[in-house]
Amino acid sequence: MKLSYLTVIFLALLAAILFAGCTGTQVQPEKNQTVTPTANKTDLTVFAAASLTGVLNDVVKQYETLHPGVHIITNYDGSQALRTQIEQGAMADVFLSANTKQLYALRDQGIMENSSIEMFAKNKLVVIVPASNPGNITTLQDLARPGIKLVIGTKDVPIGDYARQILKKMGNDTAYGPSYNTSVLKNVISEETVVTGVVAKVQLGEADAGIVYITDVTPENRDKFTMIPIPDTYNVIAEYPLGIVKSSGNKDDAASFITYLTGDQGNATLSKYGFAPV
Amino acid sequence: MLEVAIHRRLRDFTLEAEFCVRKGETFVLIGENGAGKSSLLFLLSGLLCPESGHISLGERVIYDSGNGIDVRIEERDIGFVFQNYAIFPHLTVFENVAFGLRRRKVSPAEIRSRVEENLALLALESLSSVRGDQLSGGERQRTALARALVIAPALLLLDEPVSALDAVAQDRMRSELHTYVRKTNIPCIAVTHSFRDALSLGDRIGVMERGKIVHNGTPEEVMGSGNEFLHQFFFGCRQEPCQP
Amino acid sequence: MEGKRFIRNRKNLLLSIGGGVLITLLIVFIVTPIISLLFRTTPEQFLASLSNPVVWNAVVLSLITASTATIIIIGVGTPVAWINARHRYPGRELVDTLIDLPLVLPPTVAGLALLMAFGRMGLIGGFFYGFGISIAFTTLAVVIAQIFVSLPFYIRQARSSFEELDTMYENAARSLGSTPLPTFFTVIMPLVKYGLISGAIMSFARALGEFGATIMFAGNYQGRTQTMPLAIYTTMQGDLDLSITLSIILIIISFIVIALVKFKLKGHA
Repeated sequence: MKLSYLTVIFLALLAAILFAGCTGTQVQPEKNQTVTPTANKTDLTVFAAASLTGVLNDVVKQYETLHPGVHIITNYDGSQALRTQIEQGAMADVFLSANTKQLYALRDQGIMENSSIEMFAKNKLVVIVPASNPGNITTLQDLARPGIKLVIGTKDVPIGDYARQILKKMGNDTAYGPSYNTSVLKNVISEETVVTGVVAKVQLGEADAGIVYITDVTPENRDKFTMIPIPDTYNVIAEYPLGIVKSSGNKDDAASFITYLTGDQGNATLSKYGFAPV
Repeated sequence: MLEVAIHRRLRDFTLEAEFCVRKGETFVLIGENGAGKSSLLFLLSGLLCPESGHISLGERVIYDSGNGIDVRIEERDIGFVFQNYAIFPHLTVFENVAFGLRRRKVSPAEIRSRVEENLALLALESLSSVRGDQLSGGERQRTALARALVIAPALLLLDEPVSALDAVAQDRMRSELHTYVRKTNIPCIAVTHSFRDALSLGDRIGVMERGKIVHNGTPEEVMGSGNEFLHQFFFGCRQEPCQP
Repeated sequence: MEGKRFIRNRKNLLLSIGGGVLITLLIVFIVTPIISLLFRTTPEQFLASLSNPVVWNAVVLSLITASTATIIIIGVGTPVAWINARHRYPGRELVDTLIDLPLVLPPTVAGLALLMAFGRMGLIGGFFYGFGISIAFTTLAVVIAQIFVSLPFYIRQARSSFEELDTMYENAARSLGSTPLPTFFTVIMPLVKYGLISGAIMSFARALGEFGATIMFAGNYQGRTQTMPLAIYTTMQGDLDLSITLSIILIIISFIVIALVKFKLKGHA
């Protein structure tokens, strides 16, 4: 039989479609981050704001000891990044956000289990400078000095959003004035997408100062920084909400974990790491 | 007069050459493959460096290991026709031939006249604006010849200068070359595998064997030497099957 | 003609279809993500985004830094590639290996390493900082990061092109009286032109897409260090439309670059 190129291409296309169709079904998407697939345990995936890294690792360890049948997988990132991932279909059971904006955005799209949403922690911001203080910064006013190298978050990441709110408040106050806000923002050398990036750059000494959460200064890294507190009049109260993702296949374990986190043990741990109770 | 006495280790043997070529004389080098003929040309041109020795061209000393003289390749004023022609593929025949003259800062008008003269000499006028990579083997060889001759060098080194040409062109070129060398009164060394080249070009013939010149004389002297290679070279095999 | 005859033979039919399936799947794999991007936005949204400063700051910055980096790479890389191709010197193999190092280094590691070296607390950066010159977190840092990760692409290609070039051309040129520098520009460069261009294109593309080292060493600041990849990553977490617009622009630029190369090289194998 005489075969032309066209016939071969047609047959090839047909075969390719059939092939693709056969493999397109029931694929279990990989649960992101970490470790070995667990045989007899159930997996619980928790997406959490990066500022919760220390405290959540501690809580997870406690919970897994009490509930040996549950294996918790964590994914830490800027809350806005996590929100985008969940929007695009990443498999998460629980979302812990550093501000309401990101979680409510998901709620408004119907992605969250509304009844499960609650506040679970509060945080405050602080200015940190490297222990060597290369920028010679002792007061908040010094941040406006020309030539200071400041690192903050992007406008989307909660830590960046909060920082801008604080600067705005200070700008509205006669003690600092509107030029303060602009001067400080002019000193920004980098906008990080996650708070750990801010901490790192200050710790390395490459930045003169950074605006982070007070919980980011831990017993482990305390000696690397000097803190310049932000008076409560200007400071924001960062409210951390959590919720169960509607598409979760493990809502019972999720609820149980949330109960623990918001219970006495969880609160004690949160306090230990510097978070304030709701 | 070209005077050569050099010495250099090659891969399998040591090359030791001591000979002279008079002005207007063509010295033909023959020998088996790998005997060191092309290497000798490279050593004279400066593309390869001797380990010790002495090369002088007329009153000019080009190389002297004792006195630390080693004239740069670009300044030796040598015309070299390579075995694989080395025609610049991205330049036209005209530009190829003009290359050496342009480097010598000759005036454009003079370049034009000298190049056209040499193109005519080698029957290349119709190919003047053809790019190097479009030429056939024979056309490339003629271009290589024109390119070397046009600069009026003080020494001519030819490696298989007419091998790619057809029989008629070969005869013509041999006679042109011989006349040219006589007329410009420069020494010329030609490496060849063809006995016709040797006989018609060569005022003297040298036989190279493993880096050394084992016979050096006029064609008659060399032909009568009784050397097996030479006999085969000039007369073919003594008996069938052919054995070196 | 050979192809048709190949297919006509019944025994080769299976091979032909197999080959066809493979090619089709490959093309689908490459094209689908790109088409998906286009489907997620509308022409109106795209054009509206173009006027956003985030977008055109990033585009202009990317093009300027990548071009600068590529020019420097060509200027420095060509002589180095030439020397390594033609001259043997003690330690040459080591030099070649070191030049390839950025290829295997993860970009984030490269960024951290650059920060350690050129940051103000760094080995070299500290020296300059003493004179009031900051290297990290500047546009210069963007160019440095791009050069660091893209240099091997050009040098490898250039060295390969030089090595493949028959030495007889240089020999002939020099025997005709051409000194090394004019020989390099009139004989050698024209003959390796296309290899060098393709190497430069690869470097440019790598520089344009550089992310990990940039965000570490140059930081993320609109207009100064926020290149297109950084802008795409940042905006993706807040304004997906901007992110998609930037991605499409980057794809268009890549297409233009490839098309230019193919077009220029078309006549010359």
